[in-house]
Amino acid sequence: MAEKKKLRIQDLAKIREKTKALTTIRESEGRAKVTVHMGTCGIAAGAREVMEALLDEVRKNKVQDVIVATSGCAGLCNREPMATVEFKGQPPVKYVDLTPQKIKKIFAEHVLCGRLVPEYALAVGSETVY
Amino acid sequence: MKQYRAHLLVCAGTGCVSCGSFKIKEALEKEIRKRKLQDEILVIATGCNGFCERGPILMVHPDGVFYQQLKVSDIPFLVEEHLVKGRPVKKLMYIPPAEKEPIPRMKDIEFFKHQRLIVLRNRGRIDPERIDEYIAFDGYEALAKALTEMTPEAIIAEITAAGLRGRGGAGFPTGKKWAAGRAAKGSPKYLICNGDEGDPGAFMDRSVLEADPHAILEGMIIGAKALGAEKGFIYIRNEYPLALHRMDIAIKQAREYGLLGDDILGTGFAFDVEVVRGAGAFVSGEETALIASVEGRIGMPRQRPPYPANKGLWGKPTVINNVETWATVPNIILRGAKWFSALGTKTSKGTKIFSLVGKINNTGLVEVPMGISLRDIVFGIGGGIPGGHEFKAVQIGGPSGGCIPAKLLDLPIDYESLTEAGAMMGSGGMIVMDDKTCMVDIAKYFLNFLRDESCGKCVSCREGTQRMWEIVKKITEGKGTEKDLDVLEEVARTCKDASLCGLGQTAANPVLTTLQYFRHEYEAHILDKRCPAGVCQALIRYVVVAEKCTGCQSCKNACPTQAIKGTLKDVHLIDQTKCIKCGACQEACRFEAIEAQREEAIQII
Repeated sequence: MAEKKKLRIQDLAKIREKTKALTTIRESEGRAKVTVHMGTCGIAAGAREVMEALLDEVRKNKVQDVIVATSGCAGLCNREPMATVEFKGQPPVKYVDLTPQKIKKIFAEHVLCGRLVPEYALAVGSETVY
Repeated sequence: MKQYRAHLLVCAGTGCVSCGSFKIKEALEKEIRKRKLQDEILVIATGCNGFCERGPILMVHPDGVFYQQLKVSDIPFLVEEHLVKGRPVKKLMYIPPAEKEPIPRMKDIEFFKHQRLIVLRNRGRIDPERIDEYIAFDGYEALAKALTEMTPEAIIAEITAAGLRGRGGAGFPTGKKWAAGRAAKGSPKYLICNGDEGDPGAFMDRSVLEADPHAILEGMIIGAKALGAEKGFIYIRNEYPLALHRMDIAIKQAREYGLLGDDILGTGFAFDVEVVRGAGAFVSGEETALIASVEGRIGMPRQRPPYPANKGLWGKPTVINNVETWATVPNIILRGAKWFSALGTKTSKGTKIFSLVGKINNTGLVEVPMGISLRDIVFGIGGGIPGGHEFKAVQIGGPSGGCIPAKLLDLPIDYESLTEAGAMMGSGGMIVMDDKTCMVDIAKYFLNFLRDESCGKCVSCREGTQRMWEIVKKITEGKGTEKDLDVLEEVARTCKDASLCGLGQTAANPVLTTLQYFRHEYEAHILDKRCPAGVCQALIRYVVVAEKCTGCQSCKNACPTQAIKGTLKDVHLIDQTKCIKCGACQEACRFEAIEAQREEAIQII
C-alpha cells in the first residue's frame, strides 16, 4: 500500500500512473507483449533464466505497458529458448537460441525502442501465439 | 506497486467463498511459493464475478482466461501448466451445456458476453480491499471532477439528465429526489445508503458492497456535495459479514487518503460516513422504516408526506438511495448523462443488475441494459432451463413482485412494462420456474414470507397477508372451494389499497399475478383436487413405476420412515400409510422410477 498521506486532486493521477502495469495486465492491452516459450524443451534449455532476466529488465526500467507471458513449446525445440515479441497491429517476431544477455538486448532495442534485433531473430510474422 | 507477469484473480464473493474460494487462494499461494514464482505472479481476491453457478472461479491475466469449479487438488497442475509452461488448462475451463469445446476467455462466454457492466464494472477486476486498485481503474476521478469543476446544481442536473431512477424498487427519479433534498430547509442534512436487501434469492446489493465498496462511497460523497450533506449512513444487514468487513476496510482506507473526513482532496469539502448494521427485517428496506431503524427505533414505516427529503433522520432533510443507485452515480458524473441515457428504454435508462436464480442453468448475477427481453436473460445469458424441463414463469421483484408467464417472454424489461404486467422491477430478484413448479405453492411460499415480515402496523397488511396465506394453504391441501378464490382476490385488493407502505401495497402481487396468469392451476387444486406440477404434498402420492424400477434399493435406504418394501433386484413398493411424502426416494432414484401421482384417495368434495 502507498504511504498514508491525505491525497490532493493531482495525487489521484500519480496513483494511477504508478498502478498502470496493473490495468495493462488485467485489460490485456499492453503496448507490447513478450512471450517466453516455456515447454519442457524451453525450460531445459534455460527459458526460466531468460524469463527472470526479462522480468528484471521490466522492473528496472519501470515499464508499465508491456505484458510478459509464457506459452508452450513453439515447435522448434532445437532453437530453444525462444521468445516472441508482438506489437499491436504488427506481425510477431520470433527470437531463438536466447540467453539472459540476449533477451536484455532484445528488450532494450526492440521492446523499448522498436528496433528489431536481426542477429537473434528467426522470422517475422509467424503464427500468432495464443 | 510491484510488477508481476501474471495476476490470478480468485473470486471471493459470498457464493464462491462458500464453495471454498479462500482455500483455492491458499493453495495457489502455496504452490506458487513452492515453485518460487511469488515475485512473478500475484494472487488476489476479487468481488463476485456473477457466475455463481460455476464457483469457485479464477481469472488469469493477461488474456483473461476463465477457470471454473476448481478444487484444491487441481491447483498444482494448473500452476505447472498455465503459469510455468504457459499452456492454459482446457479441462478446467467452462464448457457450455450441449457443447464439447471449452471456452477459454471470459469475454467469449455467453453468460458474460451479453452483459453491460456499469455498476459492476470492477467486479472480478480489482481487489476490493485495496483502494489503489480502485483508483487505478479511474476510481475517485468522478469525485475529483464533482468537487472541483461542478456546482451542486450542475451535479443534480447531470443526474436528472441521465434519467437515473432508484434501483431499490420503486424507480423514483434520483435527480428529482436530490433536488428536493437540496431545496429542503434544515441542517444538518443526511444521506443514507440502503443496503437492507431482503428479497429471498436476491443478492445484488451484497455483491456490489463486496466487490466495489469504494464505488458506493464515491457516489455518496458526490451526493453529499450535491445536497450539502455532511454525514452519511450505510445500512447493511448483519447477515452480510463479508460486505460489512469490506465496507469497513474501504471506509478506513478512504479516511486515510483524505477522501472522507474534513477537507476532502484539499478542496475544503467535508463529509463522513458511518456503517449501521441492521438486524434483517424485510420492511426496513422501506425508507421511513429504515430511518426509524437507524434512529434505534423499531423498523416501522410512517405516513408520507412529509417525505424524508424534507423530514427524515432525526427530523432533518435526508436522501435515501439504494446501494446500486449510489454506485451508478460516479459513472454518470465521469462519463456524462448523455453516455448513460444512450442505454436503455425511453423511460428507464442505463443498466440494471438482476440476480438470476431458481430453475436455470446459469445461476448468478447479471447486469444488463434496460429494455432487454426476458427471453434474452433466461435463455441467452441464463442458458435456459436445466434437465430438459419447460419454462413456466419468472418471479420478478421478489415477494412484492409478480409472476410473469411464458407468453410475456419477449417483454422488454423496464419499470413501466413490469408494472403493467403486474410485477415490479423491485430490487432485481429473478426467480425462474419450470413446469415442475406449482404456482399455488409459490404464492403460498411468498405469502408465508410476507406474513412473517409484515410489521403489523396496518390491519390490511397484518391480517391480509395472514388470511391470504391461510386460504392459499387450504387450497394446496385440497380443501379449497370456488368461493375461496373470490375471497382471496378481495383480500388481495384490500391489502393493496389500504396499506401504508410498499410491503402491504405489493404483498398481494404474487397472488394477483398467479391468479391472473395461472388461474387454471388454482382451479385444478380446488375442483379436481389435483396439483398439476406434482408439488403439493396433500394432493400427491409417490409410487414406483414398475417398468423402470431396477430394485437397486437406493430409495429404500433413503426413506426416513421405512415405507418402502422390496428385496434386491425386485420391484419396490411404497406403503402409503407410512409415507410422509418427503420426496427423498424420488431424489435418490437414478432411474426416474418414482413418480408423484395425483392423490385420489383423499378426495374431499
